[in-house]
Amino acid sequence: MTQGTSELTVGEMLLKYGISRRSFIKFCTATASAMALPPWMGPAMAEQLRNSPRPSVVYLSFQECTGCAESLTRSFAPTIENLIFNTISLDYNDTLMAAAGEAAESARTKAMQDNFGKYVLVVDGSVPTGAGGAYCAAGGRSAVDILREAAKGAAAIVCVGTCASFGGIPFADPNPTTAWPVSGIISDKPIINVSGCPPMPEVITGTLLQFISTGQVPDLDEHRRPKVFFGNTIHDRCYRRPFYDQGKFAKSFDDEGARNGWCLYELGCKGPTTYNACATIKWNGGTSFPIQSGHGCIGCSEPGFWDKGSFYSALSTAAWGKAGEVAPRQVGKLAAGAAAVGVALGVASAGVSRLRQRPSEPHGNEPKGG
Amino acid sequence: MDLLGFARGPALKVALAIFCVGVVWRFVGFALLRLRRDLNKPRVSLLGSWAGGLVTVGSRSWPHPEFIGRTGAGEALGYSYHIGLFIVVLLFEPHIVFLGSLFGFTWPGLPSSLITLISVLTLTLFLAVLFRRVTNPVLRMLSNFDDYFSWFITALVLVTGLAATAHIGAPYEKLLAWHILSVDGLLVWFPFGKLMHAFYIFPSRAVNGALLARKGAVS
Repeated sequence: MTQGTSELTVGEMLLKYGISRRSFIKFCTATASAMALPPWMGPAMAEQLRNSPRPSVVYLSFQECTGCAESLTRSFAPTIENLIFNTISLDYNDTLMAAAGEAAESARTKAMQDNFGKYVLVVDGSVPTGAGGAYCAAGGRSAVDILREAAKGAAAIVCVGTCASFGGIPFADPNPTTAWPVSGIISDKPIINVSGCPPMPEVITGTLLQFISTGQVPDLDEHRRPKVFFGNTIHDRCYRRPFYDQGKFAKSFDDEGARNGWCLYELGCKGPTTYNACATIKWNGGTSFPIQSGHGCIGCSEPGFWDKGSFYSALSTAAWGKAGEVAPRQVGKLAAGAAAVGVALGVASAGVSRLRQRPSEPHGNEPKGG
Repeated sequence: MDLLGFARGPALKVALAIFCVGVVWRFVGFALLRLRRDLNKPRVSLLGSWAGGLVTVGSRSWPHPEFIGRTGAGEALGYSYHIGLFIVVLLFEPHIVFLGSLFGFTWPGLPSSLITLISVLTLTLFLAVLFRRVTNPVLRMLSNFDDYFSWFITALVLVTGLAATAHIGAPYEKLLAWHILSVDGLLVWFPFGKLMHAFYIFPSRAVNGALLARKGAVS
């Protein structure tokens, strides 16, 4: 952690660590490039960061699996080391910090008091409210209390991961802990959602850097996600898209189509309805992403992704079964039942029609229909 | 539940049920209607009468040579957009996946880009038939709400489908949801409007032909 140095500007910190101005501009340009910002934003970001005090960041973890923090530590642009040591003052993160117990909690309290109204609050995990918040507590206090207290002095809240952004897996039916996303609890602060299960590391660090360097909440989509990272669907940027356009689809995970890299739409890929940067930035330093590894996108950065039916049924299929799938047998039952009702109605209406018809009319043989 | 989940879930289920009830109801009601007694002496046997019906199914599916100059263009237009619809509905891979999820079997499809092209052509033909309907005085007089609404709901399915494929105007999941909702609407309207001609067209021609053949007027 970097307590005691948060009053230094980023530039002063860089000098302290012997990093040249040129190297820093290169770093900022690379970061701006990763965020698809205009070319002039790199130097502007560098200038802004050099003269800004390193902002305090308080990172709270609630009902989560630590996958988001694991993801964050694998960031390549900027690296987590760069982010923590050069750009921000990460004053509290119970996973990464060495301190524990009262020392850790007092670090959080001090950071929040010293930087009231200015610190960035990062939240990871959903917030359970059932049983008086007892499902998730730290230091004898419930997650919901800690969140409300920490949110009061925050300049903005960055929700890292689908759980904090949309409730995620804890929020999924039947939601046994009455979990909520942060936006379900806090309504008077700017909230930026960086969704994903886990979210992309470069998206987490990029969003933090963009907010820190500009002081502005980036352009957000309808789910409060930065448009720069969540502006396109996976499908839009997928390298398999040409196969979709050609109508070439893998029918199973081991058929010839799958081996030839054909589109995974029919195998349940949720790329067309999922907004994220996986297909462009990719994972592990740009090595690959799930579709490139042969599995369809599961739509983990979308609200309610866990309750949207099977990961393996195509988006265009009927979905009213319990598991989100419909078996032809169910359709047959529905059709048979409906046909029985139809027959009954047909017989009844023909009966009514015959009763109204005068049977003594012998002439004519007009056709029944047009 | 989001809009897409609603469209391909409960809305689709209800629409399919209404479609099945409606189609069977109209078929059974139609089949059980009492024909007025024909006291004329039949000119052909019962078999000959129904053979005449089959002849009429064929002959009425093609422009009469004498009128081909006046009706040929209209019939070509009609055939073209119907063929376009069949191709788009039955040979687009996501549609095959959808139908496969209902019926349990699939078949080969066409390239998506070709389907998009055919969809645009079909939509153009749709606009052409609407133009013809509103500009031709006789057709206009014959047309009622049923004709225009049946045109509208079918065109809506095409437009929303094209928008979803091209990602125009809204996020894909919303466009797909609206597309499936428009299909749900079409399924509900289908048995109660003129779209039912899809089921009636050949039986009604056959019945007409059989009755005419009985009078010795096979055509």
